[in-house]
Amino acid sequence: MAIISLTGVVALLGRFPGLAGVDLTVEAGEVVLIHGPNGAGKSTLLRVCAGLLRIESGHGQVLGHDVRSERPAIRRSVGLLGHDTALYEDLTVTENLRFWARASRVEEAQVPTALDRLGVPSRIHDVAVRHLSAGQRRRTALAAVVVRRPRLWLLDEPHAGLDAGGRDLVDALVKDASSAGATVMLASHELDRTVDLATRHLAVAGGMVVGDHGPEVDHAR
Amino acid sequence: MLADIAAVAGKDLRIEWRSRVTASQVIPFAALVLVLFGFALDANRPVLERATPGLFWMTVLFVTNLAVQRSTSIETSDGARRALLLAGIEPVAVFVGKALAVAVELLAVEIVLVGGVLVFYGAEIDDWGLLVLTCVVATMAVAAAGTLLGALVAGIRARETVLPILLLPVLAPVLISATRAFDDALGSVAVQGWAWLGLLAGFGVLNSGLGALAYGVLLEET
Amino acid sequence: MVLAGLVALVLLAFFAAPPDDEQGDAVRLIFIHVPSAILTYVAFFTTAAGSAMWLWKRSSWWDITAHAAAEIGVMFCALTLFTGSIWGRPTWNTYWDWGDVRLVTTLILFLLMVGYLVVRSSGGDDPAVSTRAAIVGLLAAINIPIVNRSVEWWFDRTLHQKASLTDGKLEDLTLFTLVFGLVVGLLFFVWAMIHRFRVGWLEHQARAEDLDEALEARRSEAAAAGSSASGGEA
Repeated sequence: MAIISLTGVVALLGRFPGLAGVDLTVEAGEVVLIHGPNGAGKSTLLRVCAGLLRIESGHGQVLGHDVRSERPAIRRSVGLLGHDTALYEDLTVTENLRFWARASRVEEAQVPTALDRLGVPSRIHDVAVRHLSAGQRRRTALAAVVVRRPRLWLLDEPHAGLDAGGRDLVDALVKDASSAGATVMLASHELDRTVDLATRHLAVAGGMVVGDHGPEVDHAR
Repeated sequence: MLADIAAVAGKDLRIEWRSRVTASQVIPFAALVLVLFGFALDANRPVLERATPGLFWMTVLFVTNLAVQRSTSIETSDGARRALLLAGIEPVAVFVGKALAVAVELLAVEIVLVGGVLVFYGAEIDDWGLLVLTCVVATMAVAAAGTLLGALVAGIRARETVLPILLLPVLAPVLISATRAFDDALGSVAVQGWAWLGLLAGFGVLNSGLGALAYGVLLEET
Repeated sequence: MVLAGLVALVLLAFFAAPPDDEQGDAVRLIFIHVPSAILTYVAFFTTAAGSAMWLWKRSSWWDITAHAAAEIGVMFCALTLFTGSIWGRPTWNTYWDWGDVRLVTTLILFLLMVGYLVVRSSGGDDPAVSTRAAIVGLLAAINIPIVNRSVEWWFDRTLHQKASLTDGKLEDLTLFTLVFGLVVGLLFFVWAMIHRFRVGWLEHQARAEDLDEALEARRSEAAAAGSSASGGEA
């Protein structure tokens, strides 16, 4: 069964149609790169797949859960890295990660491992998120996704805000996740970077999928 | 489920403790309100005594507004938006957890207020049992309704103004009942305080029930 | 137009009806006050029912009905409070009594309905506004009846006359005028509801059309991008 299958999905942001009719099927283990101009609907598509956004019409399922009626179940099984960090400013890095671990029914012992993986130095583990730099926050947010070990990773511009080392780290994470059998969808402007990673390039514009092919095509341009 | 509730309540209380807003702003505010009323009515002792229960619960209403605003703003601040949703915690657990955290803060303030009333207004407590139980039960009802309304106004512009407009009429029956129960507990009026407490329990159950059911629907709307 | 005529008719009837000599002319207000009160509760229950149906079945029909009933109900509620207050002054020597549970309940109901309308108008274009308002409607629905009932369960502190309609002590003509006023008020209520509902329904339609237009525009954006992409592929 496909990890994601959407048919004719229309999603609204207020009254504006963010997605105007999306048909999409993603199989397990794929690494899909979503690219397109600003305002094309990349983030909206990711949010629908994460079960965050309700759809206006159309139907679909993610990880076997209906995208209309079983959104909480979808949310529990995916890991979304959005534009927001989903971190509580007044809590420390460790406290935030522990909260996520508890919510995902993951043992708290995994927290230090995840933080190390993301290169979050231990000296800031007990610092409130409020005091961290943007890059450190991004890494912490990524750690929160990593610690959940989701079957479906949804990453919205994961390279943004990170230094060169951080960007390489993201690539490594995606590779590891993919080899472990998870499915990854990432929205990014960085076509060159992901050509080795992605098995598939999805072009999005005007709230619809306008191109769907292997990475060679875009790389050749 | 219980673990989730504890996680949410614990998180809220920890954030509250970390930012010290309750201790450094809300409690002084409540004490200030008490003192101001005392100034206004002090020349007229009998009136002050008669009015004490009402003043107490009105102060609680003001504090509830503050507490609920803060509870909601935790989830809507820039970083944490939708964190609870993403974490996949059951909406009922979120509701109960957040309401519990608000209730704890309110009870802390009420303890200070009781002290304030004893000291500044010279109140005498006839029935401590009734007093304490009224505080607990009324606080639960207030926290439940407040948390629900807090989530309701979270997506509305000008939410700081809309919240009090909704809080007052929704909480009015609870506050009136609590005031009546306090009348009895403070021995100022001969009413059946325990009957009012029963009514309070009814409100508590109903508001909590509706909150638990409707909270999920609210969260899913976004 | 016929209904408007009827309304005018009853207004005349009020002045022609015989006065109750205990309370003088002020008692005529009862012919407006009592129907108003009853219709307030009719509107209130309609809003409550509509709110429940929206939350349960996502029925736009019920949602618009709830909104319409709230707007009309808030008018009747204000009328009830106003006429009651004016009637109270010469009769009980006070415009208002905070100790009367029924008075306070009606005031709370009024504030709740105002709150409902505030939530409705604050949404702008947000489709979630129906759900938010519906929850306010339900909060009102569960709290108000209890406060009402609690009066009769435990306490008896009210200046209000007990339900005199059922007593049978009223004179025939007064009783008739009262019932007549109720019937006319009900007709007015229904008429107002129908009109207000139509306005709401038209707004609903207009929004659906706007959405279709927006979708068209969005899709043409996609088509343009798609063709330029495939044009560049060659």
